[in-house]
Amino acid sequence: MNNNGAGSSSGSGDASPARRNSKRPKYSRFTQQELPACKPILTPQWVISVFTLVGIIFVPIGVAALLASNDVVEIIDRYDAVCVPQNMTNDKVGYIQNDAIDKTCTRRIKVPKDMNQPIYVYYQLDNFYQNHRRYVKSRNDGQLRDRSKENDTSGCDPEKTTSNGVPIVPCGLIAWSLFNDTYNFTRGNKALTVNTTDISWKSDRDHKFGDDVFPKNFQNGNLTGGKKLDPNKPLSQQEDLIVWMRTAALPTFRKLYGRIEVDLKENDTITVTLKNYYNTYSFSGKKKLVLSTTSWLGGKNNFLGIAYLTVGGLCFFLATTFTVVYLVKPR
Amino acid sequence: MASGRPLLIPSPKTPTSPEPPPPPLPRIPSKSQNTSISKHSSSSSSHHPPPPPRFPSRRSDSITTSQRDIPDSEARFVYINDPTRSNSPTRLPTNSISTTKYSLLTFLPRNLFEQFHRLAYIYFLVLAAMNQVPQLGVFGRETSILPLAFVLSVTAIKDAYEDFRRHRSDKFENHRTCSVLSSDSQFLPTRWKDIRVGQLIKLHSNDAIPCDMLLLSTSDPTGVAYIQTVNLDGESNLKTRYAKQETLKTHSSSSSSTTAFPTSGLVRCEKPNRNIYGFHANMDIDGKRVSLGPSNIVLRGCELKNTSWAIGVAIYTGRETKVMLNSSGAPSKRSRLEAHMNRETILLAVLLFLVCSIVTILAGVWLHVHRAELDYMPFYRKRDYSGKEVGKYNYYGIGWEVVFTFLKSVILFQVMIPIALYVSMELVRLGQAFFMIQDDSMRHEKKRFQCRALNINEDLGMIKYVFSDKTGTLTENKMEFRCASVLGTDYSNTLTTQEEDDDDDDDEENNNAYTLTEDGQILKPRMRVKIDEELVQLLRSGNKSEKKKRACDFVLGLAACNTIVPLVVETEDPRVKLIDYQGESPDEQALAYAAAAYGFVLVERTSGHIVIDVLGQRQRFDVLGLHEFDSDRKRMSVIIGCPDKTVKLFVKGADSSMFGVIDKSRNMDVVRATESHLHSYSSIGLRTLVVGMRELNSSEFEEWQSAYEKASTALFGRASLLRTVAANIETNLQLLGASGIEDKLQDGVPEAIESLRQAGIKVWVLTGDKQETAISIGYSCKLLTSGMTQIIINSHSKESCRKSLLDAFTMSTKLSAMASNAQNSVGDAGSNKVPLALIIDGTSLVYILETELEEELFKVATVCDVVLCCRVAPLQKAGIVALIKNRTDDMTLAIGDGANDVSMIQMADVGIGISGQEGRQAVMASDFAMGQFRFLVPLLLVHGHWNYQRMAYMILYNFYRNAVFVFTLFWYVLYTAFSLTTAVTEWSSVLYSVIYTALPTIIIGILDKDLSRKTLMKYPQLYGAGQREERYNLLMFIFTMLDTIWQSAAIFFIPLLAYRHSTVDISGIGDLWTLAVVILVNLHLGMDVFRWNWLTHVSIWGCIVATAICVIIIDCIPILSGYWAIFEMMKQGLFWFCLLGIIIAALMPRFVIKAFMEYFKPSDIQVAREMEKYGSLNEAAANTAREIPMTSFANANQRIP
Repeated sequence: MNNNGAGSSSGSGDASPARRNSKRPKYSRFTQQELPACKPILTPQWVISVFTLVGIIFVPIGVAALLASNDVVEIIDRYDAVCVPQNMTNDKVGYIQNDAIDKTCTRRIKVPKDMNQPIYVYYQLDNFYQNHRRYVKSRNDGQLRDRSKENDTSGCDPEKTTSNGVPIVPCGLIAWSLFNDTYNFTRGNKALTVNTTDISWKSDRDHKFGDDVFPKNFQNGNLTGGKKLDPNKPLSQQEDLIVWMRTAALPTFRKLYGRIEVDLKENDTITVTLKNYYNTYSFSGKKKLVLSTTSWLGGKNNFLGIAYLTVGGLCFFLATTFTVVYLVKPR
Repeated sequence: MASGRPLLIPSPKTPTSPEPPPPPLPRIPSKSQNTSISKHSSSSSSHHPPPPPRFPSRRSDSITTSQRDIPDSEARFVYINDPTRSNSPTRLPTNSISTTKYSLLTFLPRNLFEQFHRLAYIYFLVLAAMNQVPQLGVFGRETSILPLAFVLSVTAIKDAYEDFRRHRSDKFENHRTCSVLSSDSQFLPTRWKDIRVGQLIKLHSNDAIPCDMLLLSTSDPTGVAYIQTVNLDGESNLKTRYAKQETLKTHSSSSSSTTAFPTSGLVRCEKPNRNIYGFHANMDIDGKRVSLGPSNIVLRGCELKNTSWAIGVAIYTGRETKVMLNSSGAPSKRSRLEAHMNRETILLAVLLFLVCSIVTILAGVWLHVHRAELDYMPFYRKRDYSGKEVGKYNYYGIGWEVVFTFLKSVILFQVMIPIALYVSMELVRLGQAFFMIQDDSMRHEKKRFQCRALNINEDLGMIKYVFSDKTGTLTENKMEFRCASVLGTDYSNTLTTQEEDDDDDDDEENNNAYTLTEDGQILKPRMRVKIDEELVQLLRSGNKSEKKKRACDFVLGLAACNTIVPLVVETEDPRVKLIDYQGESPDEQALAYAAAAYGFVLVERTSGHIVIDVLGQRQRFDVLGLHEFDSDRKRMSVIIGCPDKTVKLFVKGADSSMFGVIDKSRNMDVVRATESHLHSYSSIGLRTLVVGMRELNSSEFEEWQSAYEKASTALFGRASLLRTVAANIETNLQLLGASGIEDKLQDGVPEAIESLRQAGIKVWVLTGDKQETAISIGYSCKLLTSGMTQIIINSHSKESCRKSLLDAFTMSTKLSAMASNAQNSVGDAGSNKVPLALIIDGTSLVYILETELEEELFKVATVCDVVLCCRVAPLQKAGIVALIKNRTDDMTLAIGDGANDVSMIQMADVGIGISGQEGRQAVMASDFAMGQFRFLVPLLLVHGHWNYQRMAYMILYNFYRNAVFVFTLFWYVLYTAFSLTTAVTEWSSVLYSVIYTALPTIIIGILDKDLSRKTLMKYPQLYGAGQREERYNLLMFIFTMLDTIWQSAAIFFIPLLAYRHSTVDISGIGDLWTLAVVILVNLHLGMDVFRWNWLTHVSIWGCIVATAICVIIIDCIPILSGYWAIFEMMKQGLFWFCLLGIIIAALMPRFVIKAFMEYFKPSDIQVAREMEKYGSLNEAAANTAREIPMTSFANANQRIP
């Protein structure tokens, strides 16, 4: 220890006069701004190869994406208008708000192509601004996952408490307006079971919605917004709520309803018996039922394929243009 | 035939008292920077010295102060050795100093107060405050404050660190010790901070002076003390200060010890003020009243030298000392780029307003259309049914909703004005300054480059006019005696003698270095001077001719007629000692060394006599009287009692003033010959002086003596009385001769000027020297060339000025017309143009500046390639800078080293001080300071170019970076029923500009360089990019904004369309947008980086990774609604394809345009880059390409008029 101290002190003693002697500090590439560096320059060779490379990558991806999208079979059935009885078409809102009227509606769907299981069942809402600021904020994530925070309804206006002042669980506009149409599928006369479990994110079930938090005072107000929840099922098992609470990004959106886990054949006719409860009429929203298979790239959507093909093609075009200009008019 | 600069003043530092004021030099009344204000300050030295001059003149003050007495109300009473009484009734500050701005308590409020001077911060504060209103809450409470808090705290930490360093150095200063007389009459060591006014302090040799003190007694029996003022004003030579005879005499006899000093007395002095060179007081001691002046005080910051001890009484302490009163920061200027930036910021504000208005109008329309349905929309709900009574749910009617929407959208889109830009710019400038300071190529001896102003780095890259002082700036200000004219004979053979090597020292003994031997020791003047053999022969010859006698007198005059103090310095060789001549004027030093070389060695000076070794024989001369130099007389004189009992008057001065007092009748031929010699000296660039003498007979002497004594003891108007005495005696002189002193050009000046000229910078030289000297220096530094047509304006009336300006203008237009004709016929750009040089003198400028003729001068001067102004006064220098600055948008730079350059340095856009021989005043006023003129080339061409390029890019990039984010938010708002929802989490939107994207732009702003130093130095034309503002202009701003809109659209719409009709949730797509925008802006930056060094790599890739980590962390918090969204997104291939597609599609237009421009319409910088990279590989191609920039220069240059 002692030795060490002495050694280090003498060492520093040596070093400091040495530093003092050399008045000019050692040349440093850093302080003289001479760090080694690569200096890219856009030479024609570079530009042409970049364009070619991008083209080579983009066109195959585009083709693959288009193929994938074309493989997807998608059935969309809009039912909000047709499910209204003939005599009520002038008063759709009155129809939907009248509990006395039976809301059952039957739709027949023809399968255009073979559909391999799992076939995803979605409901699609149009013109429903789940991303509206007033709506998106009207929730309390703490309350959803933690039983001890049941009374914490901050941010849940205007669905905070019942008229008696008792806090609502789950509170807020989002939960209140939970979608409540139901679908039953039969092929021929055999019912097609729809698996409605595991339709939400596992992370949400495990961490975001508590397994000891039960709905309380839900939909007890003067105004019913949507589905009533089973007060004996913890929130973590209310998967339709969990899906609904993942607010959609855009005013037209789909939410997973369930999965049909059998293959459907071309020209099969499926009968959908649905309960048309959810009120989109008051804001002229549309409701659609969607049955769709998926590909590696998701659902049916040609956009990405077309976009990649366009960009790739453009790159090839630019590569050729640059080559031509370079050959014709070198500088 | 006056030599322009006052050569004889004891110091040449402050020719602020006008340089040889040509006959009627009416001082420009407004704008008076130096002289007139400083008179003011001393006349009203009350509590509030009126806006005191930063750089007071010394001489004018010493004149004015001694003419007045101080009224008691404005005086400070200091009782010697009685601090208690001195400090009552008002307690004066102790000697502890505090240069810190803040204390622990005041730091927060004061620092915040200072920071909020920046308008942008107020804007952000107001928005953050608005965000706290529930109806307007866009962001969470904490998040809305965060960016502002971050920016403020970065600056605050920087300030706190700087202040802490100041605090440490203050502490060190305050804890130094010195000897103070205690109550029991002993000198005890006391901490500096405990010194109080009235205490007696004893200083020893090499001690630092703790406070401003009045000298009472010194080790020298005559009361002389030498001090070095290098810390105060940068002048390294010793200065003499005197204790008054009265304080010495009365007590030296009474006290037995050698240290004698008075222990009582009353000093009545002026209130503390910042005038270093002025002091005005009197002292009642032993019933006598003694008048005190600046030569009786020593100031804090100086050191006592060559005096074994000195005792003084503290009169100003602590913050009232002159050095503390003078410490003020660098002037704050705003850079051109920043001014432009503010213009674009306003445009951005307009854009912000537009965007917000669009959202507001659409929101209003939407609400109006859906007004009937609002309450039935599950996502809107006007009413709240939860309470007993049905209430409103945040709904105040369409009108209010529209107002709220507008305010909320301003809050949401606030980052359109880039908040981080301000703090980034500060950091970048700090970094740039660091590299400028570190630059080895701008280091002179031990003097590093100094960056005093931190906010105009980038202006260095846009300079179009350089205004340079001559002496000390272009020249070294190291005077060297070159030739003498004695009695009409020219002894200038030294000019022709070859340069001898230093090694010849030994073999050539006494030839160059005249030495003396004394007690076996060799005394040697420190500087060797080349001498003329003929004159040496004459001096040493035995004959008693008149000529020899006069020659001896001439050299004796050089040795005696000065205020030089010889110091004997030990050398490594114990037998040899060097004589070092310390004096305030380099000219006097040169003359004294010259006299020594001719055998008249000044060996010793005390206050009463000097000892001169005359050709090996030591002789003592009594100095009977000395009339100091003043700028009215422009000469100094000394009256000497010689060993042979004769009394001689020696006078030396500028030729103009000397020929007036010389008795011409005596020898007309000599006068004529001398005049012609003077002319030839000055035409080869020498500074000239004339020496005259007169032998005084006893009656004359006695008459003078009585007048002199009366004048020098007068209480009132002493200075003017002394001047009258001097003027009376300095008549009927006999002309002895004249001397020529060379002021050598600094290294590399011609090359530097050539580089600057090639860079398209116009170099104007403004000098106080006379015309011939100025022109010859102009030639030697290649400013003027033989091919130039000179337009010389020397006029003595307004009319003749007008006429000559008109003539000059018509001539210049004729010449340029000829040139353009020639150009048309030959088709060769610019080469046939006859270069013009305008030479104008101070007298003419008097009639031109601040009159309607200014416009004419401007027209003429701007067509000329070179402008040389000679014999200009300091304020005229500023006037000329203003001439250009007020009429054009061109950036001006002034460079100078003396106090006479201060006004021009402060006037110009960029002021540069040369820290050279003259004091530190120019440096104190400057924005940058350096050691040599030639460093201007790397400073402007390399660092200026880089700084401009970097800063310009950084500003544009910051605008782009924030706008692209804002537009992405904006597009989304269109899909949310205009309700200002953001998909990007609020944390991400807050962290975006301060963390996600801040670092790379700072690193690149500090480190990136488009071209290497070598290339920039080799092709000065590349500097033009900054002058033409190529890297930042409105057009580029608009293009950038268009690009921004495209890129934001790509970022937004590709995911929007790809995820259309899917189950994607708001947080997931928000994360995609966040990552996309961050990666995009970083790659965009990467595309524009010129040099990728490891720091660039680390910062750009590091930022992208950091962002991903931040996004992941945010999505790992279960109570945020976006929990786990990023992982769910990353599981899908679609996410990655969207990201790739966004980046390629967004960058494509920019890449195409960049590739096209760089290849088909390369800027000169691009050409140089390619040359740099491929070098000789395609030299030919590069050479042909170089023609493009060359012609563009020619065009640019022609555009100027």
